[in-house]
Amino acid sequence: MPRALRLWAAMLLVVAATAATLSGALAADLKPLVRNLGAGGFADTEAAIAALAQTGDPAVVPVLQALEAGDLYVRKEDREVVRGSASNGGYTLTDPLGGAALGEAGRGAVDKIRINNSLRRAISAALGSLTLMSPDAGARRAAADSVFKTRNPDGLAALETALGRENDPAVRSIMEQARAAILLTAAGTPDADRLGAIETIRARGDQESLALLNAVRSAEGASAAVRAAADKAFEAVEMRLSLWGMAQNLWYGLSLGSVLLLAAIGLAVTFGVMGVINMAHGEMVMIGAYATFLVQDAIRTYAPGLFDASILIAIPVAFLVSGAVGVLIERTVIRWLYGRPLETLLATWGLSLVLQQAVRSIFGPTNREVGAPSWMSGSFELGGLVITHGRLWIVIFAFLVFGLLLVALKRTWFGLAIRAVTQNRNMASAMGIRTARMDALTFGLGSGIAGLAGVALSQIDNVSPNLGQSYIIDSFMVVVFGGVGNLWGTLVGALALGTVNKFLEPYAGAVLGKILVLIFIILFIQRRPRGLFALKGRAVEA
Amino acid sequence: MLTRFLLLGLDKRAGVLLTVLAVLAVAVPVMALAVPPDSPFHLPMHSVSLLGKYLSFALLALALDLVWGYCGILSLGHAAFFTLGGYAMGMYLMRQIGPRGVYGHPELPDFMVFLNWKELPWYWQGFDQFWFAALMVLAVPGLLAFAFGWFAFRSRVTGVYLSIITQAMTFALLLAFFRNDMGFGGNNGLTDFKEILGYDIQAPATRVGLFVATVAALAAGYMVASSLVASKLGKVLVAVRDAESRVRFLGYSVERYKLFVWTLSACMAGVAGALYVPQVGIINPSEFAPAASIEAVIWVAVGGRGTLAGAVLGAVLVNYGKTYFTAALPELWLFALGGLFVLVTLFLPKGILGLAADRFRKREPAAAVPAAASKGA
Repeated sequence: MPRALRLWAAMLLVVAATAATLSGALAADLKPLVRNLGAGGFADTEAAIAALAQTGDPAVVPVLQALEAGDLYVRKEDREVVRGSASNGGYTLTDPLGGAALGEAGRGAVDKIRINNSLRRAISAALGSLTLMSPDAGARRAAADSVFKTRNPDGLAALETALGRENDPAVRSIMEQARAAILLTAAGTPDADRLGAIETIRARGDQESLALLNAVRSAEGASAAVRAAADKAFEAVEMRLSLWGMAQNLWYGLSLGSVLLLAAIGLAVTFGVMGVINMAHGEMVMIGAYATFLVQDAIRTYAPGLFDASILIAIPVAFLVSGAVGVLIERTVIRWLYGRPLETLLATWGLSLVLQQAVRSIFGPTNREVGAPSWMSGSFELGGLVITHGRLWIVIFAFLVFGLLLVALKRTWFGLAIRAVTQNRNMASAMGIRTARMDALTFGLGSGIAGLAGVALSQIDNVSPNLGQSYIIDSFMVVVFGGVGNLWGTLVGALALGTVNKFLEPYAGAVLGKILVLIFIILFIQRRPRGLFALKGRAVEA
Repeated sequence: MLTRFLLLGLDKRAGVLLTVLAVLAVAVPVMALAVPPDSPFHLPMHSVSLLGKYLSFALLALALDLVWGYCGILSLGHAAFFTLGGYAMGMYLMRQIGPRGVYGHPELPDFMVFLNWKELPWYWQGFDQFWFAALMVLAVPGLLAFAFGWFAFRSRVTGVYLSIITQAMTFALLLAFFRNDMGFGGNNGLTDFKEILGYDIQAPATRVGLFVATVAALAAGYMVASSLVASKLGKVLVAVRDAESRVRFLGYSVERYKLFVWTLSACMAGVAGALYVPQVGIINPSEFAPAASIEAVIWVAVGGRGTLAGAVLGAVLVNYGKTYFTAALPELWLFALGGLFVLVTLFLPKGILGLAADRFRKREPAAAVPAAASKGA
């Protein structure tokens, strides 16, 4: 062990020493080049910039950045190029290389190095090629990306140097694509190179490749072979993009569908199982979202370290709070209205107004911010798909809730009792089930699930008193479309409506797409008045 | 024959209501125009418009009571018919602005000039004529209701399902009218009206005239509705409300009865909207909001479902309360409205008039009062 350690220490020393000498040597070489920046007119400055860029030394980057920002001055006494920042009536001077302090100077003692637009372009090209050699892979990648976008042929030499040194395969492939882009757009590239470049761009296969290939396809003076290759590559990329576009739409549809599922599934319990039309369902969602906000607020204040777990802690809290409000509503209002669905509708609408105003009075009318924990922010790419973590978790959460509810209803004593009361109240009562209590608990269950939806929605929507309003109509559409009294119908309904909505959006726009979905549901109800998965029965009036 | 039909509806309650309306039609113009402004009996102009607004809401409530109270169709989208009627009137008023708009275009309304439209869309043609606009006030809501009802009633969509799809209908219209490319002014709707039938819309005489027109429309609507429910057809409607299947088994074509009263009710709502717009001075898509339709339902419920006069009373009372509360205690208005929904459904299932009728009946058991069904749907 000690031997290994010593070896390490020695290696570190060597590396540090080499780096020090190297940078010292380079800085010495750079000095005259920097001096040239202030040598004369714009043309001279441009030449000096090119010379600095040629060195490929990262130390040049701050110099060029200072030049771009207009912070470089020429000291009149010795024609030295210095960096100046304004301070009480004069300038504080520093060395642009390394940043050593060079004292103060009066206004008259220095001349600013002026730049024009053509110099600005030269500077940004130089910066681009310089960062191509940066030791940080992320910076190299960003630089290569920007070269791909600008396709400035002046950067080709720097890019090729960088390619020669690059070891990271991901950055390397982006650099190759950037090189291909330059080759394709630059004049006078041999056809063989162009054909190779087209292949590279085709392999990249994104929207920008498409635009690039289209430009090549329609460029004047391209040879027939290049055109044919570009045509073929264009079609291939287009095909690939439209497939990925479809997959992206499917994902968006699934994502929207899972939000609808979350919002509607509680309604499927209260409306589907109990036959109670709860217009205050949206407000239960809203209460769940506010519970999440409160939990997170408390955690921010008292236990900031638990912030990442705040959403997880909020899940049971929101369920219990919304569920408790639901039980309260059932005990005070709804139980007097069983068998009178339209009256229930009106009373619960009234309750929803009261709840909204109550929340508005307590928390104010403005949106409350619920932060995303670190594991829910960010995104990843899957082929051509961009999937955000937040959305992915919501999809998973929706299906989890659905599965748990299904198990609770089918496999537990509680679910058995609920179903018994729904199917035959008198018989259930005779078997010893306390039907009134089951009613309250079922309603509480539906409301609690709405609270869970609130936790999820707090991540993607504004937490405001109107949160529930925007989901209540959609939720009813899902339940009615899927078929009342059938959880699977709700699942299919939510996913179908979500997907249809997202597939219509690109063609019809978001609003028109929604209108079309509403019209579709209105017409669908005419065909199947009891929804997709209707309970079979022989009654004239269900 | 028509007179005989209209006389059918003339019971005691109708007498009271029509007398009140007649008194309003005389007293309000006198108090607003003839009484000098410093007199305590003077009625300021904004109160006239406010009263006119209440009465146009009352006509909407009457239309809703006709389908809900007597036919058991709970529409959560009646404000859609009201608003469509309002838009038809608004389009006429927009065309009357002519070249006096901000942009001074001879034909196009301001918002179209703003959106760079070059010519009037086809559906705006004809609205420069009052008779055409008046026809559309009836025809547009009527046709929509006819088409909607034709499909819904034939496939026997009833109860809650019907309520939910009427809500979907008004929600879809809300979204549609918010779109600028629909050509109805988008978010801002239609406003800045100048004149109606050649009279300045701001002038006191015009506003009083509009008020009297609203009173007349409400009286006519009430006469038609009350005659209808007193006729044989009205009896069938009540039977449909209470036992739809039984009526069907007795050989009546339930769909036709429903469709007829549904379409009639939509036309009445359209007229109410057309009277509302010139008095309020604006029509925008927010009137399509599902909440607006549900509010109309509570007017009917407060006054007494299945009592036409109750709908009128409820609309005026609730809207007066809204005006009062939103000015005096804006925080409390939603609490009050929400509480009203709950209290009325729990404790006043027959509304104010139903309660009064129950009292009346206790003293005089023989009095026949058409009571609202206690059963839902």
